[in-house]
Amino acid sequence: MIAQALVIAAGLFVIGVVGVLTRRNALVLFMCVELMLNAVNLTFVALSRLHGGTLGQAFVVFVMTVAAAEAAVGLAIVIAVFRHFGTVDLRNISLLRG
Amino acid sequence: MGAASMHPLAGGPAALIWLLPVLPLLGFLINGALSLLPAARTHGRGAPEGAGGTDDIHGGPAHDALAPYAGLVSIIGPTVIGLAFALAATVFASMLAVPRAALVAAGPYVARYAEWMPAGDLHVDWAFQLDQLSMVMILVITGVGTLIHIFSIGYMRRDPGYARYFAYLNLFVAFMLVLVLGANYPVMFIGWEGVGLASYLLIGFWFAESSNASAGRKAFIVNRVGDFGLLLAMFLLFANFGTLDFVALNHAYAALAVGSSLATLICLFLFLGCAGKSAQIPLYIWLPDAMAGPTPVSALIHAATMVTAGVYLVARSGVLFALAPAASLVVALVGAITALFAATVGLKQWDIKKVLAYSTISQLGYMFMAAGVGAYTAAVFHLVTHAFFKALLFLGAGSVIYALHEAYHATHRDDEDAQDMRNMGGLRRTMPVTFVLMWAATLAIAGVPPFAGFFSKDQILGAVFERASSSSAFRELSFLGLSGSAWLYVVYAIGLITALLTAVYMTRMMLYTFHGANRTGEGERPHLREAPWVMTAPLAVLGVLTVVGGWLNIPAIASFAGPVGALDRWLDPVVGAPSASLAGARAGAEPHAASSPEAMLIGAAVAIAILGIVLAVVLLKPARLVAKDAYAAPESGVERTLRHAYYVDEAVDRGIARPLMTFSRNVLWRGVDGGIIDGLFVRGSALAARGAGWLGSQAQSGSVGNYAWVVAVGALVVIGVVAFG
Repeated sequence: MIAQALVIAAGLFVIGVVGVLTRRNALVLFMCVELMLNAVNLTFVALSRLHGGTLGQAFVVFVMTVAAAEAAVGLAIVIAVFRHFGTVDLRNISLLRG
Repeated sequence: MGAASMHPLAGGPAALIWLLPVLPLLGFLINGALSLLPAARTHGRGAPEGAGGTDDIHGGPAHDALAPYAGLVSIIGPTVIGLAFALAATVFASMLAVPRAALVAAGPYVARYAEWMPAGDLHVDWAFQLDQLSMVMILVITGVGTLIHIFSIGYMRRDPGYARYFAYLNLFVAFMLVLVLGANYPVMFIGWEGVGLASYLLIGFWFAESSNASAGRKAFIVNRVGDFGLLLAMFLLFANFGTLDFVALNHAYAALAVGSSLATLICLFLFLGCAGKSAQIPLYIWLPDAMAGPTPVSALIHAATMVTAGVYLVARSGVLFALAPAASLVVALVGAITALFAATVGLKQWDIKKVLAYSTISQLGYMFMAAGVGAYTAAVFHLVTHAFFKALLFLGAGSVIYALHEAYHATHRDDEDAQDMRNMGGLRRTMPVTFVLMWAATLAIAGVPPFAGFFSKDQILGAVFERASSSSAFRELSFLGLSGSAWLYVVYAIGLITALLTAVYMTRMMLYTFHGANRTGEGERPHLREAPWVMTAPLAVLGVLTVVGGWLNIPAIASFAGPVGALDRWLDPVVGAPSASLAGARAGAEPHAASSPEAMLIGAAVAIAILGIVLAVVLLKPARLVAKDAYAAPESGVERTLRHAYYVDEAVDRGIARPLMTFSRNVLWRGVDGGIIDGLFVRGSALAARGAGWLGSQAQSGSVGNYAWVVAVGALVVIGVVAFG
């Protein structure tokens, strides 16, 4: 039971990582990041159940709270980027080049 | 003070020897401060003292006015030296008052004032040492120094740098006294370098003319070569004996065998230092150029005192030199060659100061001849008499130059050469005092009895001959296939030839300067007059010393004249043992025994001196001379070679100075400094930093994807390291 949960979590995380690395649309990137966060959440819950404690579940609540805040700030930045550049394609946005 | 409190001299005037250098130093500070003050209004034009100042109707105030603060400086400058001389005389009297046996038994009086360098095994104190040798030197330095300071009042009083001049001169005396009073090599070295500094400052005193400034630099640089040897000698002494105090070293030398290579090496390095300071071959080249300084400076520093420091150092290190007969032979040979070389050059110089400069080099060669054969007393004796008669000659020349300068100034021909003997002639009528006194000094340097130089030079030649003929420490030596004794006969022969040449070139100088017709110029002739009393009075005192100086050390053959060998007896506690060791005699043996060969030697020396004077009088024709810039008969090749001092300066220039400059410019400057340091290190490191920055900036693409890749790969690496590392 625990093995399946961990495998699904790992699969979700890898999908998220690959999405972050390959996609260029800021919104898709965001969704991938959420995917990774939730993969971690799944791991927390699964392991929490395995150990029979509640600490892991408490962490999940924290992570979701932070993720919500992050989504709010991130989307605000995406809107600001869109207003400025007229696009959310990150390939064209490299003003911080050294 | 420690052990010194038991010394018979302790508590007496000798306790005040620290005051000897402090007095001139005080003078230096006051005069130096005065020279830095803005020039006050000077009182009117011309010289209130009279002499020479009456006919300067058109003269500009800049030249004719007295120097700023002249009155104060004239009082302070000579007074501090005079006080030092008075103190020295008092100390001398206190030394005489102590019974000789007690003084000899107690050894040198050493006064320690402070710790200087307590570093590991090295303990160097600020300490002064008073013994018979330093006493002689102190008396000469302060005595002759006082006279020359007084002479300088007249000679320099119109110079705008009058206060600066006396400041430097005071500074010189202070350092010279430190040199002879130092109880260890480092303190002596302070004085050694200090007099070099004062010499540099005074040679380049009229630095506005670039040749004078160059002459000062030349003296300084050539002396650095010698100081390098002196420093190496000091390092070797400390490394092998663990101390640099004279007294302790003299005890430590007992561990060395006669002829040990260590002693020879140290002595040769010491002598390199002496050759630099005392203008011996090959480091003599700075002394003729040093004549660029004011003439009293030449008298004090470059004739009477500083240049004899090398002789003092050899005598001071006599115990070590006695252990190194080979090094001593080198000293004697170098001295002999220098004496002959400089004497031949002196034959053909036109500049009156150059004649005296080469004569000084030659006489220093005599002193090293004596020091080399271990006749330290003879060396110091000649040092003393030479200080008298050479200071007199230089000051006399200064008086002549002053007269010519004033005359040319009166007729507004200031650019005429006041030092060239072709512009002199016939001055005996206008300058009778200088004329008579300079003849006395000439007879002294030529070695005519009963003048001072005769006694000292005779003692040197006698000592060389005695060492050559007896079973001295030199007999065992061999050099270039000749035994040490044979070389000493060569030294003796050179000494005799040099004596002949000395008589010739000095007589030539006197003839061209004072005899014959005057060549100064029609307009100048009425303006030529004797120097003021402030200049002639020191000359007169030196004249008396020149005549009677020989009584310091009368040879046994002249025992009717007074006590025999006073200086021998006086210096015996310091230099007697090494002297006897080199001579192969038992310590304490009577140094001067009258014998018939000695009488013959003296006779030969006197005959040669008189022969030289007669030769010069017969052969030289002052009447044929013409003024410097007039047409003169062409010189022969030999004459030209001698006048150019064998082109040694030119050879040094081509062979050493210019290759060194080329090497420095192309290799050290353009190669090492420009290429390696500037190019590789400075510009190279900047380039490397910029390159590294460029590389790092390439990672900052600004593209979020790239950063994500870096983070992902980095995370994988960290996980890999944690999991498998």
